[in-house]
Amino acid sequence: MPADEPPETRIGDAPQAIALGIRTVSVEPGAATLTAPYRPELVGDPDTGVIAGGVVTTLLDHACGQAVYMALGEPTSIATLDLRIDYMRAAEPGLDIFAHAHCYKLTRRIAFVRATAYDKDPEDPVATAQAAFMLGTRGPAAQPGDMRSKAGRSEAEKAS
Amino acid sequence: MSQAAADQLNAVLARVPYARFLGIRASLAGDEMTAILPYSPHLIGNVHLPALHGGVLGAFMEMTALAQLSIVKYPTGQGLARQPRPIDVTVEYLRSGRPVDTYARAQIKRLGRRVANVHVEAWQEARDRPIAALHGHFHVTPAGGEPG
Repeated sequence: MPADEPPETRIGDAPQAIALGIRTVSVEPGAATLTAPYRPELVGDPDTGVIAGGVVTTLLDHACGQAVYMALGEPTSIATLDLRIDYMRAAEPGLDIFAHAHCYKLTRRIAFVRATAYDKDPEDPVATAQAAFMLGTRGPAAQPGDMRSKAGRSEAEKAS
Repeated sequence: MSQAAADQLNAVLARVPYARFLGIRASLAGDEMTAILPYSPHLIGNVHLPALHGGVLGAFMEMTALAQLSIVKYPTGQGLARQPRPIDVTVEYLRSGRPVDTYARAQIKRLGRRVANVHVEAWQEARDRPIAALHGHFHVTPAGGEPG
């Protein structure tokens, strides 16, 4: 595990992330960017060499979870409730995939996350995702005050 | 369903590298396909519970939908010209995926000329206690042009 990786990361101990070669590119409060390298054994369509949608699914799910951890002030167990993925276009064969996830709202029990997967340009995504996570599935629930990203607060919350 | 369909199904799974990476197999009983994801340590996402990676469950159900579509027939008898491509999927997580074998079945709710709607459910010990579900749309291309 790189020295600059935060302790709450789950990159280091998830065998599936290791199997896919997922690495953390950068983290910030409430957000994370991860990457998975292009590999021939991860191809989903042998006619085109395009990486499997399932790899993008796992990378997005992992990045969303990472963003939630980055939004929480302390280690908290989380569970994915649902994950919706829109596939915009086929990823370009041979290129690594990146996923940027942003936890834009944290309540006592639930975290809401949006994410984008891309190969070259974040403005030309391969897929976008929306996920909801349950917090404190084991141990105490997270506190809204733990949210460290000001940008993540809703307009209503700012006004109140 | 015929031996030809079973052969076709296994051929599809054998030639997709990512299906081999996950270790997905499938069996046919009549027209009912069951996809099987044998437990393997590299599928774990949370070592503390331990639990299968949520992305793996989503990917497995997506492959189940693609496998079911690979043996689909229009009323005209036509199949699909090429592998369908996902448009969107929604995955719902109902229970933690334990470190045991996982099964999934897909239902094609609608097979259109361009788009198919597919529902998938995954379970482990008990069919009536699903651990995850997927609803998805897929681009399809009928073999030999649009069915009449």
